[in-house]
Amino acid sequence: MRKRSQRLWFIGAAGVLMAGAVTLGVIGLGGAVAFFQSPSDIASKGVETFKQNVRVGGLIEVGSQTHGEDGKLLQFRITDCKNTVPVVFDGIPPDMVVEGKGVVAEGKFDVHGTLVATRVLAKHDENYMPKEAYDSLKRAAESGGEQAMADGTMTCGDGSAT
Amino acid sequence: MIAELGHLLAFLALGAAVGQSVLGLTSGGEAARRLAVAGAIFAALSLLTLIISFVRLDFSVELVAAHSHSQKPLLYRIAGAWGNHEGSMLLWCVIMAGYGALAALTMREGKLRDRALGVQGLLTVGSFLYLLFVSSPFTRLADPPFDGAGLNPLLQDPAVALHPPFLYLGYVGMSFVFSLAAAGLINGEIDRDWARRTRPWALGAWSCLTIGIALGAIWAYYELGWGGWWFWDPVENASFMPWLVAAALVHSLIVTEKRGGMASWTVFLAVLAFCLSLLGTFLVRSGVLTSVHAFAVDPARGTILLIGLGLAGGAALALFAWRAPQLKAGPEFDPVSREGALVLNNLFLSVSAALVLVGTVTPMVLQWMGEAKLIAPEAASMSIGEPYFQLTLAPMVAFLLLFMPLAQAAPWRKAEMTPLLKWLLPSAIIAVLAALVALAMGGWGVFLGFGVLVGVWVIAGVAQDILRRAGAGGWRRILKLPLTVWGMAIAHIGMGVFVIGATVETAARTEQTFPLAQGQSAEMAGWSFEFQGVKIVDGPNYVATRADILATHDGRTELLQPEQRSYPVSEMGTTEVAIRKTLGGDVYVALGDQLRDQDGVWRIRIAHHPLIDWVFGGAALIAVGGFMSLAARLRRRSAANAEAPAAPTPEPAKPEAGVGASA
Repeated sequence: MRKRSQRLWFIGAAGVLMAGAVTLGVIGLGGAVAFFQSPSDIASKGVETFKQNVRVGGLIEVGSQTHGEDGKLLQFRITDCKNTVPVVFDGIPPDMVVEGKGVVAEGKFDVHGTLVATRVLAKHDENYMPKEAYDSLKRAAESGGEQAMADGTMTCGDGSAT
Repeated sequence: MIAELGHLLAFLALGAAVGQSVLGLTSGGEAARRLAVAGAIFAALSLLTLIISFVRLDFSVELVAAHSHSQKPLLYRIAGAWGNHEGSMLLWCVIMAGYGALAALTMREGKLRDRALGVQGLLTVGSFLYLLFVSSPFTRLADPPFDGAGLNPLLQDPAVALHPPFLYLGYVGMSFVFSLAAAGLINGEIDRDWARRTRPWALGAWSCLTIGIALGAIWAYYELGWGGWWFWDPVENASFMPWLVAAALVHSLIVTEKRGGMASWTVFLAVLAFCLSLLGTFLVRSGVLTSVHAFAVDPARGTILLIGLGLAGGAALALFAWRAPQLKAGPEFDPVSREGALVLNNLFLSVSAALVLVGTVTPMVLQWMGEAKLIAPEAASMSIGEPYFQLTLAPMVAFLLLFMPLAQAAPWRKAEMTPLLKWLLPSAIIAVLAALVALAMGGWGVFLGFGVLVGVWVIAGVAQDILRRAGAGGWRRILKLPLTVWGMAIAHIGMGVFVIGATVETAARTEQTFPLAQGQSAEMAGWSFEFQGVKIVDGPNYVATRADILATHDGRTELLQPEQRSYPVSEMGTTEVAIRKTLGGDVYVALGDQLRDQDGVWRIRIAHHPLIDWVFGGAALIAVGGFMSLAARLRRRSAANAEAPAAPTPEPAKPEAGVGASA
C-alpha cells in the first residue's frame, strides 16, 4: 500500500471507530449523564419533571439522617437552607457524609419524590465542600436565604443546617 | 535555617536548569551535561531539606504546620512532604531534573543528547518558576503554631504514600520523551536510531505510570470503604489518558525502530503523551470538577498550569508542523503484516484516549460555557459517568485484544491471514470454552462473556506464540528466549489477566448491608458472619471503633476486625475494612454506622469481589513486562559497549539504548 493511502485508511478507520463509539456512548448517555440541580431548582420545577439522572448538592440537614425500617438504607435530606430533597442510599456512604456537611447525591427520583441515590460524594477535606453543594447554597443565598459563607465552605444562617 | 537552605538550593537548581537549556540548545553540550547533573543534585537536596523539616516537625514552615502533626508516624511524616500541592510540585521538579541528569550520565554523546538536555532544561526552568513563585513549599510562618494540622487521614496509607512518586515518575518521565521528540524535530532526525534511543525512556515512564495508577486503584479499593477500584472520576481519567497514549507510543516506536515507519505519528504521540500528563496535573490541581480527589485547590494556579501546558504543547506542535513534512516515509507494507497490526493497536489505543478525553472534558467545557453565559446554567452543570466509558471503551479493548495474538505472530511487511488464523485455532477454542464456563457460572452478561473470551484468547495466544518461538527446542529453548520476547509476552498476558479480572469483578461482585446486633449473624457468598460487638481501641494518632466478626466458611472460623477510625487532629474519620483473601476473590467487610434509634445495632456491609487480585495482578504484570523490555535494551546496550568501548558508533545495526546499565 502507498504511504498516502495508508494514512487515509488510518484516518478513515479512526473516524469510523470514533463515530461508532460515540454513537454507543450517546445511547449509554441516558444513564451516564446527570445534570446538577439544587434543592430549590427541584422545588420550583416540580419533582415530576426530573425523569433522568440528576445530581443534587447541598448540606445534609441536621437531624435528618435515619436508617429506615429495616436498617438497610441510609436516609437523609439535602438542604440549601430554603428547600430540601429527601434521599435514600443503599450502602455505606463515604466517611465525610456527616450531618451539617456538604454532599452531592446522584440518582433518580422515585414516585414519592425521594432521590434514590446510586452515588454519594463528599469532599476528602475538612475545610472544603463539594463545588456543587457550595453552588446550591450560593444560589439560594442570592435569592434571599440566610447563609454564612466562608472560604470554600458555607453553612446555614445560624451556623447549623436546620 | 533549613527551609531557607532548601529555598536557596531550589534557586540554584533553577539557575542550573537555565544554563542547561541555553547551553544544550546552542553549542555547549558538555557543559549542559554537567549542569544537568548539578541541577538534579541541588533539587534533590532541596527536597531533602523539606523532608527534614517534616520529620523534625518544624512548624515554623507553613507547609509543615498545615500538613503534619506531632502524633503522626514517621512514614507519613516523610510522605507528608509530598502529600500536598507545594511539596508534590517540588517532587515533580526533582524528578524532572533527575531525568535530565540520568540522560546526561547515560546517553551517547551527540546532537540528540545535547538538544534533548536543552529542551528538558526549558521544561525544568518552567517547573521551578512555577514552584518558586506560585507555590513555594518553603514559606515561613511569623507565628509558628504549637502543633500542626495533620495529614488528611485518608492519605495515611502505604499505597497512597507511594502513589504520587510513581505517578510522577510516569508523568514526568514523559517529559524526557517529549524532550527527545523536540530534539529530534529540531535536528530533523526522527529515524530508526532516534526511535531506538527514545524507546527505553518511553518504556520506563509508561511502566512507572502503570504502577502509579494501580497503587491509586488499590488504595481506592480498600481505603474508601465501598470496594470500588475505578470510578471514571475525572482525575483518574487524567492519568489514564497519558497511559493510553504512552501505550500506543511504546508500540509505534517498535515500527519506527525496526522498519523506520510511522515516524511522524510516533513523534506526535511522544508530544501528546506529555501534554496529556500536563493536562492531568492541571485537572488534579485546579479543582475544576467535583471529584473524589479534589483537595484544597487554587484556580489561579490552575490558570498558570494551563498556560504552561499551552506553551509547551503549542511550541512542540508548531515544531512538529514545521518538520513533519520533511520526515522520511518508511518502507511500504501490506495491511496484513506486523506493521499493519501495530497500526491497528495505535488506532484502538488513540481512539480510546480520545473517547476518555471527550467524556472527561465535556462537563468542564459546558461548565465554562455556562459561566461565560454562552449556554443556560441548567444545561451547564453535568457529569458523565460509568455507562458512557464502559460502552465506548469496551469495544476498543475487545478489538485490541482480539488482534493481539495475531500481531505477535505476524511477520513484518507481509503476512498471510489464513494460516495465522488456523494456527491460532486452539486458542480460539479454549477462549470460547472459557467464556461459556464463565457465563454458566456468573449469569448471562455480554460484558462478562466477552471479557473472559478476549482475555483467555490473549493468554492462550501468547502461550502458543511462546511455544512456536521455542520450536522443537522444548523447555530449555523457552527459557533461553530473548528478554524482549518475554517482556512482550508478560505484558500481554497481564493485559489478558486484567481484562478477565475487571469484567468478572464488575459483573459478578455482590454486596449487601446487614444491620446486626451483638450475637446476630448474616449469610453471604457461602460465608456466615457472626457479629460479636464493638470495642474502642487506641491507635498512634487515632481512636478506633473495632468490630469483632466471626466468619465461618467450610466449617472453619476466623476473626475479622473492620474498624472505624476517628482522627481527633483533623476531626475526620476513615473506614478500615477487613479483607479475607480467598483463591476466588476477596470477602470484604466494612463497619458502618450505629443505627440511630436502636443502640448496639451496627450496619455491616459485606461484599464479595471475585477475581479482584487479577485486576491488580494484571496491572503489575503489564508493568513487569514493560520493565523487562527496558532491561533487555540495557543489556544489549552494555553488550554493545563491551564490544566497542572506545568508539560508540551510530551504526544502526548495533543495538543502542538511551539508558546505560552503568547508571
